[in-house]
Amino acid sequence: MQTAAASQTNTITYREAVRTAIRDAMQRDPRVFLMGEDVGRYGGCYAVSKGLLDEFGPERIRDTPLSEGGFVGAGIGAAMGGMRPIIEVMTVNFSMLCLDQILNSAAAIRHMSGGQFSIPVVIRMATGAGRQLAAQHSHSLENWYAHIPGIRVVAPATLEDARGMLWTALADPDPVVIFENVMLYNVSGELADGAGPVDIDRAALRRKGRDLSLITYGGSLWKTMEAADALAKNGIEADVVDLRTLRPLDDATIMESVRRTRRAVIVDEAWRSGSLAAEISARIVEQCFWSLDAPVGRVCTAEMPIPYPKHLEDAALPQPAAIIAAARAAAGR
Amino acid sequence: MGVFRMPSLGADMEAGTLVEWLKKPGDAVKSGDIIAVVETQKGAIEIEAFETGTLESHLLPEGSTVPVGTALAMIQTAGAAIDREVPTAPPPAEPAPAPQLAPAAVPPAPAPAISPGKKVSPAARHFAAEHGIDLSSVVGTGPDGAIVYVDVENAWLHREPRAETPKPASQPKGAVEPTAMRAAIAAAMTRSKREIPHYYLGHAVDVTGAIAWMSARNEARPPEERLLFSALLLKSLALALTKFPEFNGQFRDGRFEPAGQVHAGMAIALRGGGLVAPAIHNTASLTLDQVMAALRDLTTRVRAGRFRGSELADPTITLTSLGERGVDWVQPIIYPPQVAIIGAGAPVLRPWMVDGQVTPRQICQFTLAADHRVSDGHRGALLLREIEARLQSPEAL
Repeated sequence: MQTAAASQTNTITYREAVRTAIRDAMQRDPRVFLMGEDVGRYGGCYAVSKGLLDEFGPERIRDTPLSEGGFVGAGIGAAMGGMRPIIEVMTVNFSMLCLDQILNSAAAIRHMSGGQFSIPVVIRMATGAGRQLAAQHSHSLENWYAHIPGIRVVAPATLEDARGMLWTALADPDPVVIFENVMLYNVSGELADGAGPVDIDRAALRRKGRDLSLITYGGSLWKTMEAADALAKNGIEADVVDLRTLRPLDDATIMESVRRTRRAVIVDEAWRSGSLAAEISARIVEQCFWSLDAPVGRVCTAEMPIPYPKHLEDAALPQPAAIIAAARAAAGR
Repeated sequence: MGVFRMPSLGADMEAGTLVEWLKKPGDAVKSGDIIAVVETQKGAIEIEAFETGTLESHLLPEGSTVPVGTALAMIQTAGAAIDREVPTAPPPAEPAPAPQLAPAAVPPAPAPAISPGKKVSPAARHFAAEHGIDLSSVVGTGPDGAIVYVDVENAWLHREPRAETPKPASQPKGAVEPTAMRAAIAAAMTRSKREIPHYYLGHAVDVTGAIAWMSARNEARPPEERLLFSALLLKSLALALTKFPEFNGQFRDGRFEPAGQVHAGMAIALRGGGLVAPAIHNTASLTLDQVMAALRDLTTRVRAGRFRGSELADPTITLTSLGERGVDWVQPIIYPPQVAIIGAGAPVLRPWMVDGQVTPRQICQFTLAADHRVSDGHRGALLLREIEARLQSPEAL
């Protein structure tokens, strides 16, 4: 049964959902501000913050020099001082310059200060390939951050999560890194009028099957859903688990699915070696070994710098055909 | 490409035996066609296809006993590519690079103590150890011929004594072993009494008018066109339910799913003992004569042991009518996952007060057992009253 209130939706892009989330946070809490390269006058490299400078002014929408180490560090300091900063890093590749600030400061200070300091900073980063931006703007390094205790890492794949995760992240007293896949910004769909904050703790079952579990997150979710639809036409019904939160991983949801289907394939846009897919595979074997009917499969990006030419870029990334092939290998049919 | 699977024909069904293929590879099938006969604890059931296309292959021979959900046949759906490969998205430069496939890494050889040279999945090993199954006799159907969970589960199901007992040659197809039928009823009724908080209501209904109308109508008709009182009950019930959706549907996974249509199940006793309650589909939209024809057809087929899978799986409510040779009333048990059952006792001539006078009237005791998780007694009482009201105008049924 549908209630009248829930049936109101708007067609909206992922980009607009993120912008709505930022605007909502700025309106809710005067301590919130946005800082990063080109977020103000240019409206954001992916146009996420377009219009926000006019709306909130240069005090709260702050353009920064090209210095990730500087402005991310400043954001962490502001958070220690009681602000609620949203720091935008243009792409995860550039975040190597501020990894020191995130790993050695943000993630460690609560521990090193004996709990005296909280770092309620939110760092948003664009991630992923597919836009022919070549090897310095296209990598998926989410797992580098998911490796670090002391921070939370989330990857909104849906409009609801793009709209809802930011406020919950700001409310977290510890650092949260939000990864936005660049291929999602233009995706549009229906979002309920009343959409608001969502949890950042749990994985979500986006599709229910019985023959195997496809486990993924972020930009790969929609390729995985496409593969699952194609598999269903061949009689293979897949569960699709959207991780949503990459650290800490929601083991309960993952294992519930794998115990039920007895087969798992992990789809991860990162390089295979030392990937999040590797971590999840290890956990499945640790926790579900006696329920498995097939080796755990992985579909990851080819281990090379992401190529510039379109056909090579496509071939390097996980695509539905490879997901289908891995799923069929696991299912044995 | 569709996979045709062993269907679940009730909450208590775990496995079925494929008795007969009625369609062979190459035959065209359309949704609703009967393509196989499957024997269950409830008898031989005709199983319908849900897809339209061509039956490509049988995956199991006649005589196989397999768990619910096991693939039985492949149906090539109309319009789909003949190629068994799943169609892919935009043509990639190099589709599905082989190194992506997980099984490239060969798993270590299984422990020789269990079954040398065979691949056995951890899930299969675990199940085999728990159930004492000798893996050397199990054939693998998993990746690379590995023995997987369903294979040992099948082996275990075949160990069941009743599946191994050969049928006497003289026993007709569809005859049910009374013990299996008993076990199925026991499982369903135990579950019902364990899970469903029943409440019960009873109401004495004056059916003199309805029976008189029916008798007058039957007088001019040949026996095969005559109505039975059960048909009037079914139609009144179906019409009454349109105002009471909380009694019509199924309770699954902790919540009630109301049904759009009324598929009234009719409890039919079997000659060899036991009973089934298959559905008369879309009862409310049938005319009284159509309800009667459906009831007659169903009774004949049920007693011959031939009815369809959907008739067993679809009922949204059940009617148990004791008939003329029955007793005054019945306190029925809900058949899960349904949420209500209506009982009708034998109509009996009784002294009754009408307009201040004691008058002989035909009285029928109606009862309702309903699921208190879904509905309350007040609504249940109104439902019984509504059925009563419908029966007072039999010509409108």
